[in-house]
Amino acid sequence: MTKTGKYIFSILVIIFLTACTNKKNNKIVIKFWGMGVEGEAVSRLIPEFERQNPTIKVEVQMIPWTAAQEKLISAYASDNLPDIFQLGNTWIPQFVALDAIQNLNPKVKFSKNISSLNYFKGIWETNLIGKAVYGIPWYIDTRVLFYRKDILKKAGYDKPPQNWTELIDVSKKIKTLYKNEDKYAIYLPTNDWSIFVIFGLQAGASLLKDNNSYGNFSSRKFKRAFSYLMKFYYNKLAPVGFSEVNNVYQAMAQGYFAMYISGPWNVKEMKEWMKGKLKNEWMTSPLPAPDSAGIGLSLPGGSSLVINKKTKYSKESWKFVEFLSSPKMQLEIYKLTNDLPALKKAWKDSIFTNNKYMKAFYEQLGYTKPLPKITEWEQIAFSKIQQYAEYAARRKMTIDEALKHLDADVNKILEKRRWLLKNAKDYKLR
Amino acid sequence: MKLKNSTTSAAYIFLTPALSAIFIFFFIPVLAAFIMSFTDFDIYSLSDFGRARFIGFDNYLQLFNDPLFWKALANTFYYVLIAGPLSIFVSLSAALLLNDKLLKFKSIFRLTYFMPVVTTLVAVAIVWRFIYHPKFGILNYLLGFFGIGNIDWLGDPHYALPAIILMSVWKNFGYNMIIFIAGLQNIPEYLYEAATLDGANKWQQFKNITLPMLAPTTLFITIITMIGFFQVFAEPYIMTQGGPLDSTLSIVLYMYREGFRWWNMGYSAAIAFVLFLIILIATIIQFKIQKKSAML
Repeated sequence: MTKTGKYIFSILVIIFLTACTNKKNNKIVIKFWGMGVEGEAVSRLIPEFERQNPTIKVEVQMIPWTAAQEKLISAYASDNLPDIFQLGNTWIPQFVALDAIQNLNPKVKFSKNISSLNYFKGIWETNLIGKAVYGIPWYIDTRVLFYRKDILKKAGYDKPPQNWTELIDVSKKIKTLYKNEDKYAIYLPTNDWSIFVIFGLQAGASLLKDNNSYGNFSSRKFKRAFSYLMKFYYNKLAPVGFSEVNNVYQAMAQGYFAMYISGPWNVKEMKEWMKGKLKNEWMTSPLPAPDSAGIGLSLPGGSSLVINKKTKYSKESWKFVEFLSSPKMQLEIYKLTNDLPALKKAWKDSIFTNNKYMKAFYEQLGYTKPLPKITEWEQIAFSKIQQYAEYAARRKMTIDEALKHLDADVNKILEKRRWLLKNAKDYKLR
Repeated sequence: MKLKNSTTSAAYIFLTPALSAIFIFFFIPVLAAFIMSFTDFDIYSLSDFGRARFIGFDNYLQLFNDPLFWKALANTFYYVLIAGPLSIFVSLSAALLLNDKLLKFKSIFRLTYFMPVVTTLVAVAIVWRFIYHPKFGILNYLLGFFGIGNIDWLGDPHYALPAIILMSVWKNFGYNMIIFIAGLQNIPEYLYEAATLDGANKWQQFKNITLPMLAPTTLFITIITMIGFFQVFAEPYIMTQGGPLDSTLSIVLYMYREGFRWWNMGYSAAIAFVLFLIILIATIIQFKIQKKSAML
């Protein structure tokens, strides 16, 4: 066994030696993990930061969105998280529960340029657990209605639908335009939980109850929204499957559907696909409200910047957060990635005021509501809501059955949370 | 233990690195996973082990009451029972054709059939998604000539799994084919010559010489293919993410989802051990069948 001992020892020495290289040429090296295009874009902003802060060097690693969460949590488990990283704002509760990221309240308090007042309220709230803020919004998104002006006009609508009644009415009218053709009015893919949640929130439903420890999907309000959406599938106003739509932009350009609820990342692609005659025939609009005309709620999405709780370079990391949150860099990230800036001030720039598609997003951002801030939310949304929405849309279950099963499954998922609420008093669960 | 002479002790010393690597990186994790399958280890427990509860057989009991697990199990068996024999049939046929003396340009054919095996699955999946496209896909276009209407291959719960089976057989048969070719080339030529002299036709030669002589190869391929198909993951993961209506959800995909998407590690470990047991039993059965047929 001494041999093995030596092996282990030498391996440990190597690990130790490589771990100690965080200071290069007396410069402090902070590590940043960004996801997808944002990770790529941020590396272009770094030279400017390093020029302003000659003693700090930033190392960026890109991680793909599809594997981001797995990677971050594995990194946490092996104590390898970077000093600072990008986090989808619905993941913040999870990383707070893991005790992996810093409470930024003390830093925000003394910061010259970061203040909750500079951000959209709904977005800022997604970063709060209790009263503590754990992430600084970096870029944001929210879902609005993309629609084909020409098709809606043919159906007798000069304006986009303003409320639920109009939305289903225009959909029915669009459908009658096609008779036997395989075309639809609106695209509501069942593998996108956010649609079901958005309409639920609009109807005033609280998705969970009793301190987020039980499902509340069978409630009258959520059922109203769910049944409303099911009408679109049952009346063939929306396609039930989603495999026919390999490319939503192409489908929209071909008039396969005339309306689509999605986020700002579609704007650029839409522009590319809507060419020639179609160039001016599409628009964005805030979501319709349930009853009276107005703006319905949407989701506050986007990514925040968070700081590792165990970082040695907390101050330097914060400097980088402040740098990325400056109005100039916020515009820069929009130019590089088309991600909407979190900072309200950046929206005053002509780049946004001259972009007609952006108005809807700006208006919609005033009407958002955070999702339940619990670790289990991702699982509830991605696996359970989508599963039962699909079952109901394909009439494998009635609406009541689907919601009953949804609640039962959600209650099972939340069992651990209930146990923790009871037994682990110190736990940051709120 | 007592070492009898210097040769054995030298052997042990040389084996130590390999054995300790296996011990550290295989046995310990397997044991840890086994213990984990009796706890509710989840994301909360990552930061504080005290938040994992020892729950005995609850994970296993819950598994047996989990409709999704049964669905995944049924899908996996469907996959193994259809794709397994199909894949072996296709690869054996291809091997026989490629081994024929009359065939020219053998290496080109061999290369072509082996190509899908070495192609990245992601690239293959993208191409097949287009082949399967309900409106513009070439498959539906070709089927149109036979008067078969548009099939939503990946979107219809009845067709999604067969579609994935078709793709993975196409992708994987080349590998088994190469092994079969090697097996075929090991069969001495004089057996066929003797059989020809005795007046045996091609089919009789195949039945009485090729098949029995290939038996060990076939056993190896059957087991490897079966285990591989039991562990099917990447194909549904990339093509359909388990949908539509969970019709392509496989056991390993379900295990992955529970473990690395939702971090229910305890539950996920329980799924892994159930799958292990199933594969073990299936392998034993195959050995038994093969032995019996060898004795006949």
